[in-house]
Amino acid sequence: MFLAPALTALALFFALPVAFALALSFTDFDIYALGNWHFIQFVGLANYARILETPLFWTALRNTFYFVLAGGPLSVGVSLGTALMINSRLARFKPLFRTVYFLPVVTSLVAVAIVWRYLFHPAHGLLNYVLSWVGISPIDWLGNPDVAMPAIILLAVWKNFGYNMLIFIAGLQNIPDELYEASEIDGAGAWRQFTSITIPMLAPTTIFVVMITIIGYFQLFAEPYVMTQGGPLNSTMSIVLLMYEQGFRWWSMGYAAAIAFVLFAIILVFTLLQSAIQRRIQG
Amino acid sequence: MTRSPQIQGMMLCIRGTTLVLAAALLQLSCGSSQNEPTVIRFWGLGNEGEMVRPLIPEFERANPGIRVIVQQLPWTAAHEKLLTAFAGESTPDVSQLGNTWLAEFSVLNALEPLDRFVRQSRIVQLDDYFDGVLKMNRIDSSLFGIPWYVDTRVIYYRRDLLQKAGYTEPPATWQEMLRLCEIMQRKAREEGRKQYPFFLPTNEWIPAIVLGAQSGGDFLRDDNTRGNFSGPKFRKAFSLLASFYEKEYSPSGQQLITNMYNSFSDGLITMYISGPWNIGEFGRRIAPKLQNEWMTAPVPSMDTAYPGASLPLGTSLVVFRQSRHKEAAWKLIEFLASREQSIALYRITGNLPPRKSAWEDSSLAHNPYVRAFYRQMQRLEPLPQVPEWEQIVIKLQLYVEYIATGTLTVEEALGRFDREVDQMLAKRRWLVERRKQP
Repeated sequence: MFLAPALTALALFFALPVAFALALSFTDFDIYALGNWHFIQFVGLANYARILETPLFWTALRNTFYFVLAGGPLSVGVSLGTALMINSRLARFKPLFRTVYFLPVVTSLVAVAIVWRYLFHPAHGLLNYVLSWVGISPIDWLGNPDVAMPAIILLAVWKNFGYNMLIFIAGLQNIPDELYEASEIDGAGAWRQFTSITIPMLAPTTIFVVMITIIGYFQLFAEPYVMTQGGPLNSTMSIVLLMYEQGFRWWSMGYAAAIAFVLFAIILVFTLLQSAIQRRIQG
Repeated sequence: MTRSPQIQGMMLCIRGTTLVLAAALLQLSCGSSQNEPTVIRFWGLGNEGEMVRPLIPEFERANPGIRVIVQQLPWTAAHEKLLTAFAGESTPDVSQLGNTWLAEFSVLNALEPLDRFVRQSRIVQLDDYFDGVLKMNRIDSSLFGIPWYVDTRVIYYRRDLLQKAGYTEPPATWQEMLRLCEIMQRKAREEGRKQYPFFLPTNEWIPAIVLGAQSGGDFLRDDNTRGNFSGPKFRKAFSLLASFYEKEYSPSGQQLITNMYNSFSDGLITMYISGPWNIGEFGRRIAPKLQNEWMTAPVPSMDTAYPGASLPLGTSLVVFRQSRHKEAAWKLIEFLASREQSIALYRITGNLPPRKSAWEDSSLAHNPYVRAFYRQMQRLEPLPQVPEWEQIVIKLQLYVEYIATGTLTVEEALGRFDREVDQMLAKRRWLVERRKQP
């Protein structure tokens, strides 16, 4: 009974819209239907079939996987690296660095995008300038289909590694110092300590971070939306961006809803896969 | 129509939101008073949303019973906002609308036909409008918008660099244009300079559609329910476009020309197709020493008549069907569409009037840069009026990119494009067939 208000709210603002969206995905609700309700048709699984035969969807899927599989581990790796550095006994000004690394997370992406567009500029960008020191000729970061996604990954990792870093720091601080002291007495070096103590003790944190990162990264949207609008040649078109374009730009709501559920299914599969792995590690 | 940068747009959007709040508060506070003025909401897009403000006080003075709230939408988000406003039943009374969007909003039954107002109006005289522009506002014989300003496209060119190649102005035909590009490219190569004579950006659909319109239009077939882009007419146009990239008369990547004005000043590019707003931009952003060296000219032609056809783009003023103050809304349109106010708008923004009589005004008659636009407006080809048009041309950009980079041949590209267009028009086909059945 005490749960009733919360459950009502949940039903009203979560379950109902989701059910409605699911129903929508079996119709051809579009701009014509918006004008006249009689122009709506039940199309069964046609939207889903259409998704599978749309080349752009496969492009978007490939791009999204590229982003998740390349950006995800990179992001987790960078956060772990910085967390270790900040947590190190040798590090000074820890609060300062923690704040500095966390800053991108709380900065507005739109503002950040302007700065990064300058950094990525082919002729006057800082990135190409630095690369020119080691003899690499200028790269057209956002204009070349082959490097646009790496550029987006770079931005995304920089933008949100700070969040995971904080979680890692918390995880690191939970590891009792005694373990390190004991291992030191046993003659373990820094590397041995890292592989035998830090990594196993950090496993639950890592699993959590990986899961959250993957779920978040599958929903890639804002970075390509503000930086490239999916271009060049659709090389940064992600599934959510495709859904947004179909739904809110062209108002093919039925089709867009179907895309949303396909993405939901993909994320669900990955999350289940991860929980299985987690159980095996901990069990 | 993507001239306002994204970021600026978002900030304007925030300002817009504050305005809505202010408007809501205003309505609350004067809800109880007796002889309250009729408040009409006007949505202006991009720059015009800001620039229209100085014109409003005069309207309010002339119509004491009407108050106007101007709200500004950025171009990049306007289409989505208007659609969501319609879905949420919160459309404004009057709005500025890109004239290629009219078909879409009339399908939604969101717009009020204006014929009855026009018949009684002494200010809006339809025969004073350029024909091609007016046609864009008529859908199935109903008039849904009053043209506010025209946005046709002409060529901007470097006079000095063309003169070096032996031309005083851009040639009258595309055949001759290719020859000019060849001469310029050869000269540049001899001097060891890099030069792209004719910049045709791969992220724009305008050049492809201009050429398509010139080769005879027919973008769609079967009662506008199927793509006809792989038909002989558009294929001819697209092949011509492809040859500019093939021969490197135009750069085929997007990012090489990061700042068109700088590249124009440097002589990296010498010709470019663009709209009236760039007259002001060129005046501000082209190097000062080159200010006497740029000019505008109508687009070349595929046939013998010059100028070749261009597009009747522009924006119109519309009344939304849900408006509860249609008479007042029409008064605002009538005011803004008058000859005097279209000249005033031109003076503030540089937007070109759609009314022939406005062009007799000295501010337009004596401006050498707008002359090309006037000549161009004598020959405009209307575009198909289907709601999917915007989606189709945005998709076309991708195929322009494909042929520019040589990823696909013209044949392959157009075949694939037609299939995609057919899919976009599937619902339309269904509706047209349904209508045919007794």
